[in-house]
Amino acid sequence: MTLASQGGFETLFLGFVAAFVLASTLTLYRVARGPTPHDRVIAVNATGTTTVLVLALVAAAFDQPGFLDVAIVYALLNFLVSIAISKFTVERGGVL
Amino acid sequence: MTLIWVSVGLIVAGLFFTLVAAVGLVRMPDLYTRAHATSKTDTLGTVLTLAGVALAFEAGVPRAKLLILAVFMLITNPTATHAITRSAYDQGIEPWTDDGGDAE
Repeated sequence: MTLASQGGFETLFLGFVAAFVLASTLTLYRVARGPTPHDRVIAVNATGTTTVLVLALVAAAFDQPGFLDVAIVYALLNFLVSIAISKFTVERGGVL
Repeated sequence: MTLIWVSVGLIVAGLFFTLVAAVGLVRMPDLYTRAHATSKTDTLGTVLTLAGVALAFEAGVPRAKLLILAVFMLITNPTATHAITRSAYDQGIEPWTDDGGDAE
């Protein structure tokens, strides 16, 4: 039983979720538009960070602590993707 | 009951910083300025929001998981941005300057 899932705070937390989704939509603009591939990678990284926050907020609002494991795995994958793409572009020279 | 309001305040602060990071990512003229604006601001917003969510849970395993997640994001988010920006510089992407550089 979280503090957020009782007394009307669930709606407030879902409103926060909506605001964070709006922020990640702004970063998706840079994913679609960015002139260089590195712009896109940085924007995808920011989008993934916001997704982790959305998962944590949903876990609090719906009283589902299992979503926190999903958030941790998502953060790990987000970091791994950024490191892998940066290594790949340096060694292969402009493939991406 | 005051703890939930502290939590809401932290989440609002984190939301502000996350929105500022998104606006910086859209409006800045260059890859390096975008990375600068996004990495620092997004990290601060993430840690603030995760602290707020941790206060919304009761003490126990979920709060410990959120603490681990906050520390992890605090370490990895600037590291990932640094790696990407360094690979961009190694590939020869020139930084934008005010005299004659073409923005966007």
